[in-house]
Amino acid sequence: MTNLMMPRIDKKTILKKKIIVKNLKKIVKSENVLDHEDELRPFETDGLSAYKQKPLIVVFPENTEQVSEILKYCNDERIKVVPRGAGTGLSGGALPLADCVLLSLGKFNKILEIDYKNRCVVSQPGVTNLSITQAVQDNNFYYAPDPSSQIACSIGGNVAENSGGIHSLKYGTTTNNILGAEVVFMDGSICKLGGKTFDSEGYDILGLITGSEGLLCVITEVTVKILKTPESAKAALIGFPTIEDGGKCVSDIISSGIIPAGMEMMDKELIHATDKFVKAGYPRNAESMLIVELDGAKADVLELMERVNKIAKKNKASSIKISKNDKERLKFWAGRKAAFPACGDMAPDYYCMDGTIPRGKLAEVLKEIKKLSKKYNLPVANAFHAGDGNLHPLIMYNSNDKKELAKTEKFGEEILKYCVKVGGVLTGEHGVGIEKREMMCEMFNNDDIQQQIKIKKALDVSSLLNPGKVYPILRKCAEEGRVHVHGGKTKFFNIPRF
Amino acid sequence: MSMEEKLSFSISQDSDLETPETEEKVSNIIKKFYKSNITIEIIGSGSKRKIGKPLQCGKTLSLSKLTGIIEYLPEELYIKVKAGTRIDKIENEIKKKNQQLAFEPIDFGYLFLGKSNCGTAGGQVACNIAGPRRLKSGSIRDHVLGFRAVNGRGEIIKSGGNVVKNVTGYDLSKLICNSYGTLVAITEVTLKVLPAPEENNTLVVHNLNIETSMEYLDQVISSSNDISGAVFLPINSTCENCKMDIQNTFQLNDLKQKGSLTAVRVEGSKKSVDERIEILKTKVGTSESNISLLGSLQSTIFWKKIRNLEFFSATKNNIFRIVLPPTETAKLLYKLPKKFSYFIDWGGSVIWVEACELSEQYFNSIRKKVLMHGGYISMIKNSDFLPYVEDVFTINNARFNISQNIKKSFDPKRILNPGKMYSGI
Repeated sequence: MTNLMMPRIDKKTILKKKIIVKNLKKIVKSENVLDHEDELRPFETDGLSAYKQKPLIVVFPENTEQVSEILKYCNDERIKVVPRGAGTGLSGGALPLADCVLLSLGKFNKILEIDYKNRCVVSQPGVTNLSITQAVQDNNFYYAPDPSSQIACSIGGNVAENSGGIHSLKYGTTTNNILGAEVVFMDGSICKLGGKTFDSEGYDILGLITGSEGLLCVITEVTVKILKTPESAKAALIGFPTIEDGGKCVSDIISSGIIPAGMEMMDKELIHATDKFVKAGYPRNAESMLIVELDGAKADVLELMERVNKIAKKNKASSIKISKNDKERLKFWAGRKAAFPACGDMAPDYYCMDGTIPRGKLAEVLKEIKKLSKKYNLPVANAFHAGDGNLHPLIMYNSNDKKELAKTEKFGEEILKYCVKVGGVLTGEHGVGIEKREMMCEMFNNDDIQQQIKIKKALDVSSLLNPGKVYPILRKCAEEGRVHVHGGKTKFFNIPRF
Repeated sequence: MSMEEKLSFSISQDSDLETPETEEKVSNIIKKFYKSNITIEIIGSGSKRKIGKPLQCGKTLSLSKLTGIIEYLPEELYIKVKAGTRIDKIENEIKKKNQQLAFEPIDFGYLFLGKSNCGTAGGQVACNIAGPRRLKSGSIRDHVLGFRAVNGRGEIIKSGGNVVKNVTGYDLSKLICNSYGTLVAITEVTLKVLPAPEENNTLVVHNLNIETSMEYLDQVISSSNDISGAVFLPINSTCENCKMDIQNTFQLNDLKQKGSLTAVRVEGSKKSVDERIEILKTKVGTSESNISLLGSLQSTIFWKKIRNLEFFSATKNNIFRIVLPPTETAKLLYKLPKKFSYFIDWGGSVIWVEACELSEQYFNSIRKKVLMHGGYISMIKNSDFLPYVEDVFTINNARFNISQNIKKSFDPKRILNPGKMYSGI
């Protein structure tokens, strides 16, 4: 683990482990409490696997009342709690703490109600994102947000992270596609937010908890909006001789008044890796490639695709393929969806970044990434949700080499700083977690962060729920004399502190 | 509280009006009042000032001079404006690039003044009441990408950014929407803009009763025809004290019949709009004589009147809004007395009601019924008959406690619009 400050370990809690286990077993079935070292190991990390830490105890509640009792008990006893969905998050949001109770929502795995008339699904949080679409697709409905981990990630985790996906530009992210939730706060209080209605009255607490990365409450039920499957969908696969041409084409498509359902860009490195991996028929001679998907009424799709074709040609497209049928369209996407695993051929590990930038800056940022790649001597492949400016540079490295991991993280930081510099943000959909925690000051000043921390304290007085995530804790650590100092400098010594 | 006391709740004294032109001045003013414990009513143009509970504040902070478009990048699909910028100015500016605010901001001037006053960007965000396209495109809260504001301690804070995909920190943009100025004085907002459709047509089905209308709306919204507006306008109320006037409001040449109107809007390219209208006709199951088609021009007028609640412009009665799951709408309406008039928007998800001779007790009994049906109710406009209700908006104990804690985190001394939404917040 690289030198990242985490909240101080409470030795008293660790010494009380047996008592805590005993008390948790009074709330849930005995087999739903794990405390043996071997049982804890599978929970030591999430999708950000470079960081590992076994929790003190893992508990699997089976209903909302149990979640409430666990949280109340932990709150009263001042025990930290880290909530966990499917553990697919990429920013370390579910990384356990040595003195925490890891609260897994794995047993909340049922869809509770499908309500076609009100166009919504009520689900427990542990249900996977894809399962919701699968449950309603026979009636030609679907759930719009589709993160690439949709086969494994849970809907509760999606709410906690405000997950996006390839269709966010047109259909929004999780926050735009949920109607209600049942949540439990750290003091054990249960609260229903929203329902099956549009919007809700009073403060938009549902909007606040969406994307709050498990810091404000534990989600025990979610009501999502389902949409009718569009009448028709077509995708175009467009190759460009330069990155600039591809970037310009993205801006021109949006400027012309077209909002594609999905618009993905890949650079040469990734085109080669993925085409080799899934043989999707990608243009291997291109420097950049776009997949543009349009959906909606058939006449609209045909007309707009013709316009996309013209815009692509104007931007010197070297190849244009338009899907003739759904099979071909899905083949175009197969490569993109396999982009991350395809990188396995390029290096033992990859580190996936997640900044968002104004679309018009795509080419500029890509150039900068190439420059940084040379500086750090680490290869990089780039996948972008180009429609919404969300970048996923994949830095290739070897995790067994600790120095290389540190170098990779430094490289990633520089990319994100550049994203902020050009008017973008640190994270588009993966969350801050522990990964970007120390970089929050790049985007926010002290007053901004303090306001957010005050909200946290308003809902979790003792800061016991998922502490150490999202917000820098170094000042607190420094006060406690726990700053890691190397060569006379702390990590990220040149950024503002709190 | 006695009726005299209720009536004495007057709007703040305008002689104590502050009209800062910069964010820094807003911050300094609030800092000053924070120190001296003086409460502040925050207003924009005042177009929605009467929504919520009346205030008794020491000062009024008007953001009407904090105006101007800071940045408009059509290709990046956003416009960044100062909070006091008028909505019509924004709409006119983005119209030049064939773009629109997809949530269809409501011009509340018709309801409160009988004439247009579309309000400001900050006001729209603070109240979060979207127009007919809510059904398809979401509410105002779905279109705020970021903001800057001053909290109750006078600190300038920001959240969000200029991009659609952003999960950096808590999404405070959602929280300030619908907070009615009780958390912050908004100074700047970044709104998402979207391409304006080339064409919009409206299919009107005449004289359906409420059940068949709701069934039709459900059928077409659950189809792949991408409906962007769906309303039911019943025949004028038989109540002679209700002034809601459907027939006279919609004097459009292409409406073939009088009586109730069930209307659905489709938007897009001409060819696609034509195709979808044909499909929608086949789903009605009635003769051509019962169907009217409004082309782009008349369709635009029709939806402008719906969006701006123009048929309520002559009324002095109470107006309230009920939001429900669509399946509950008709069921609830049976429980309302005939002396009310109403119309249904958002494909059956919202009922706007004009109520004459309403009592607070009766309003609360309607709230109970609404809650049983899984919805919520808000008083939008008071009347001389019922000038005050204690509970303007709906809340339960659990949400009240959380809201109170959130309020404290932004405004610990409760100086910003105190009590505007709920007593104690």
